[in-house]
Amino acid sequence: MFQQAHAGTEAADTPRQSGLGLTGVRLTGVGHAFPLPRGELTALEDVDLEVPAGSFTAIIGPNGCGKSTLLRLVAGLLMPTQGSVELPDANGAAAPRAGDGQTGLAFQQPRLMPWLSTLENVALPLTLAGAPAAERRGRAELALERVGLAEAADLRPADLSGGMAQRAGLARALITDPPILLLDEPFSALDALTREAFDDQLQRLWLELPRTVLFVTHSVSEAIRLADRVVVMSARPGSVADVLPVDLPRPRPVQSVDPAVAALDAAVRAALARSRPPELTDWTEGAA
Amino acid sequence: MTRRIAVRVAEAAASLVVFLVAWKVLTVVTGTPEYILPPPEIVGERALTAIDSGLLWEHVAATLQEVVLGLALGAATAVAVGVALGKSLLVERVLSPYIVAAQAVPVLALAPLLDLWFGGGLLARVLVCALIVFFPIAIATMVGVRSADPLLREMLRSLGATPGQVTRWLEIPSALPVIFGGLRVGVTLSVIGAVVAEWVSASVGLGVLINIADQGLFDTPLMFVALAALAVIGLGLYGLVVLVERRLLATA
Repeated sequence: MFQQAHAGTEAADTPRQSGLGLTGVRLTGVGHAFPLPRGELTALEDVDLEVPAGSFTAIIGPNGCGKSTLLRLVAGLLMPTQGSVELPDANGAAAPRAGDGQTGLAFQQPRLMPWLSTLENVALPLTLAGAPAAERRGRAELALERVGLAEAADLRPADLSGGMAQRAGLARALITDPPILLLDEPFSALDALTREAFDDQLQRLWLELPRTVLFVTHSVSEAIRLADRVVVMSARPGSVADVLPVDLPRPRPVQSVDPAVAALDAAVRAALARSRPPELTDWTEGAA
Repeated sequence: MTRRIAVRVAEAAASLVVFLVAWKVLTVVTGTPEYILPPPEIVGERALTAIDSGLLWEHVAATLQEVVLGLALGAATAVAVGVALGKSLLVERVLSPYIVAAQAVPVLALAPLLDLWFGGGLLARVLVCALIVFFPIAIATMVGVRSADPLLREMLRSLGATPGQVTRWLEIPSALPVIFGGLRVGVTLSVIGAVVAEWVSASVGLGVLINIADQGLFDTPLMFVALAALAVIGLGLYGLVVLVERRLLATA
């Protein structure tokens, strides 16, 4: 569990300082193709997406629709083969570069260095930036506290549970306070209850600290619970099939009887069904 | 823990006793003359006189120095070159034919050349050790660097890590277990290198002692003493490498 002390109930009442000194994400006509031994694989095609600064956007779509590619483009790990990716803020809009400090990434696998302690892993972004030891330690302890891992500081990743390792990965993404958080199915490897608890704490964390979040998920209910807007992507080559705004009060509970939630759920599922490749539609009809 | 160590020591002692008894039985049963296969007690006696007179230590010290310096020089160069080989396919394509060729030519054939170039001193002998040690450690490092987890590599790149930082924080730690595998091989090879180099040119060292005992004196027990000393050097250094490895990798 994330630490309650830092994410108390008062956080929900604090007005969000949205749009103040924040950075958004803008994709204009973005396409990305990976070279293959013969020809190429088009992962994304003609993606137009404007993510307002300080908003929480969930991206959902079938397997292989380029969700992860999209996050890598925003992180500057990949360059678009078409169109442009920009990170607009108060001073203008720049293209993302890996390591520019604009984005923090948390992955589906926690990706921790097995030979470093949890604290050293979380402090890695500061270590690479050449921060002094005392500052690294202090900020890493704070980041660990934020995700409720203070006691695990000296443990090795091998000694962490799956959930703890995942939180350590999140703490590493948070430590530099990047204006944009890119979360690639960060909790998908966890059991349902743990995942709901983590979603809950992520929501509180976000209410406390205004940030632009791009959250890739396969879960419709997770997307509706967390996001201001759900972006539904179409099957490969991926593009934006639908953008559904979620205007529900926060903090949102795990289970809701609100008919608006049920209606949204149905709308997202309908959009997903339309975006699925035709050859799969029959096969999965019963599930949908 | 201490109990486990006691058991280990007992096992080693027992195997040594069995070895010595088998050796003794062999000499008695076959009736081999002493100048061909001396029994263990004669060799032991010879060892004691050689230790007493300071003869053994003088030669051990010379060989040990070559082995350790050669290993250090060879291993340091090998790790540096191995990292370069692992990081760049171009470097591998350009360098690897020379590295493999140098390894394919027997060190026994290269030692006289190195002796000629480097003036027949300690440096020449250390270089022979370094040369023979280089290959297994360089290849191990290269393989280790390449085996670094691509997901961790991407994570470091997203944090803006420079190539040097990727080496420091990912590639070297990933490669350490295999580098130590190479070091284990290298440490024994270094002993071989030292003896070969001493045969080519040296006035002191265990290789020299073997030659003296063989050709000058027909002192076969002394030859056995020198061989045993080489084995002890090899075993001792090997044990040291294993110890450092355990210390360093215990946490990984």
